[in-house]
Amino acid sequence: MEQLAWLPAHADLAAAISAAKRIDNPADRLSQAMHLAGFRHDFTAIGRLDKLAADGLAEAAASSRPMAAGLAACRLAILSSHTVDHLVPAIRVAGLRRGLAVSVHAAPYGLYRQALLGEDPMMAAFAPQLVLLALDARDAPLDLPLESSEAAVTEAVTARVDELRHLWRQARARFNAQVMQQTLVPADPPLFGSFEALVPAAPNTVIGMLNAAIRVAAREEGVLLLDLALPAASYGQVMGLADPVRWHQAKQLVSPVLAPLYGDLVARVAAAVMGRSRKCLVLDLDNTLWGGVIGDDGIDGIKLGQGDATGEAFIAFQRYVALLGKRGIILAVCSKNDAAVAEAVFTQHPEMALRRGDIATFVANWNDKAGNLRQIAKTLNIGLDSLVFVDDNPAERDIIRRELPEVAVPELPEDVANYPARLAAAGYFEATGFTADDAARSRSYALNEARRVAQEQATDMDGYLRSLKMVLTATDVGPGELSRVTQLINKTNQFNLTTRRYTEAEVQALAANPAAVALALRLTDRFGDNGLICVVLARPDAALRSGELLIDTWLMSCRVLGRQVEAAVLEVLAAAASRRGVSTLIGEYRPTGRNGMVAEHYPNLGFVPLDPLPDSPEGTTCWQYDVIGGRAPKHFIELDAR
Amino acid sequence: MTEAEIYAVLTQVFRDVFDDDEIVLDSGTTAEDIAGWDSQAHVNLVVAAEMKFGVRFRTAELESLHNVGEFVQLIAGKHKGG
Repeated sequence: MEQLAWLPAHADLAAAISAAKRIDNPADRLSQAMHLAGFRHDFTAIGRLDKLAADGLAEAAASSRPMAAGLAACRLAILSSHTVDHLVPAIRVAGLRRGLAVSVHAAPYGLYRQALLGEDPMMAAFAPQLVLLALDARDAPLDLPLESSEAAVTEAVTARVDELRHLWRQARARFNAQVMQQTLVPADPPLFGSFEALVPAAPNTVIGMLNAAIRVAAREEGVLLLDLALPAASYGQVMGLADPVRWHQAKQLVSPVLAPLYGDLVARVAAAVMGRSRKCLVLDLDNTLWGGVIGDDGIDGIKLGQGDATGEAFIAFQRYVALLGKRGIILAVCSKNDAAVAEAVFTQHPEMALRRGDIATFVANWNDKAGNLRQIAKTLNIGLDSLVFVDDNPAERDIIRRELPEVAVPELPEDVANYPARLAAAGYFEATGFTADDAARSRSYALNEARRVAQEQATDMDGYLRSLKMVLTATDVGPGELSRVTQLINKTNQFNLTTRRYTEAEVQALAANPAAVALALRLTDRFGDNGLICVVLARPDAALRSGELLIDTWLMSCRVLGRQVEAAVLEVLAAAASRRGVSTLIGEYRPTGRNGMVAEHYPNLGFVPLDPLPDSPEGTTCWQYDVIGGRAPKHFIELDAR
Repeated sequence: MTEAEIYAVLTQVFRDVFDDDEIVLDSGTTAEDIAGWDSQAHVNLVVAAEMKFGVRFRTAELESLHNVGEFVQLIAGKHKGG
């Protein structure tokens, strides 16, 4: 089982790194490092790639401008009970592949409690956005006699996990950081063989119970997992994830050999926290979703379904893809085919696990795929860097990697039976939450297709918008919305005026302030429910006069662009502000390199320009709106404020 | 594998680990001679050599590695033994 198997192999990576070292400009070396980090590599290449990127990253970090290379800055503190220094370069390099400029502060191993409970000036100065608690099974052993009862083991496990909860809360309270807890990797072989799990205090039983309790506690506390126990179960035996030789030699839990995999596991969770997970899976059709070529073989000739090993493997892949759709990944099709012939498979083939309604955008034509992928991103209003493109044809994959380096294009195994595992291993869709809105998202995007057809049929825009019969429901953010609102705050990049990221606790605190306005907005129309599509947070600020309210956060899902939702939201916001005695709304636009689409948001809504507030980042524009006399643009949306 | 061949491959391992294409090894080369050869780099060298030569060093052997000559002898011994 090869690490990073989803990345393409480079003909001569070592020589390419040597050549890139000779580039003078640090920023150019950085972009070359980003490019080369996208190829499969072992841990010796990691150190070289890390050095290649270092100067460019330092230069970018020192400037206040948004990162030129499109990387999001991410400060990660690693608090560990074992040596992690050899893993840090791997995390940084994996970050380059996942849109992050990661800076790492690794506390000396074994001092994780001190870093969170004592006064640690290094931690305070570093101000981590993410804290990874990398603990291992040898740390803080529970020291239970082997014959202990299940009740005694449960009690000891609960006490240990309560200690972790305390540390998590400290990390949140002190540094306002998102915590990532590493699960425990079984380090010692079983004592009892298969009987192990039937002995409550057997070492591996205790680790299993600790991991189960950690997972439950993490869910309750809003902590994310680095669930190392999962890959350890599949890689550990084969590749020696926890190699006892390295443990005795250097207190390394994770062998340097597996540093590339570990770095990627950390980086993908960090990327999810920073809103950089992929959102959409774009699928080729012939020999990707079914065996054979529909245009040649016809609907009865393609291999798909029971009675044939290959046909069953394609069905299994389709089922996996359909489940990704059900967890909120947008599904799209991009195929060189005749559209009617290709769609007929979805509507007429009895064995298809994917249905036409699962596909948000269906592009089948004879144009080049790079252009089609651009079109798909545009139709869905998402960035190219949100796409994953799956195609069995190596030539097509190669072209897309060349033409559209932002799109993730996994290498695929020879056998379709291994496609699901490969897609899962690539970790493109790491999540920070899962809500009912995620489950409904695919459906909602698919309905957008119906809306677009309605739009094409309508003779004028106003008539079309009126015909949608839209209703905007505004709710004050309460316990029921907290999780979904926080998730949207942390993953919205494009329609986001300020791109401030908040934890649930912070959103809750802001919503509890009676002088603040915290709105969760949903949109329904005659085609269905679009779900939670907009969040607005407005609060008093020390830099403002009384009677003024700062729009701290205004973000919206791009699913509902171009429907005048902004104007309706302003009307709701102005009314809520007015009820709190506010006369003026102050709005800011803070450019990030990804939110250019909202640069004119405030002037478009009738706000007038102001000087930027003190201490705002370079490029910030500031706007004001008179709650009483202000004129919001017209809209055709019925308001339902609760 | 001849000793010369082992030196050639090991040199490449050192160059990769220390990201320095100028490194030249002889039997007397020690950690003193190469910038960055600290305890962490030492583990990296050991692991990279294991991967490149397809051998594994025993815990006890790792403690006795002090210069490149010993490194080469150790690898040569393992190759001889199959």
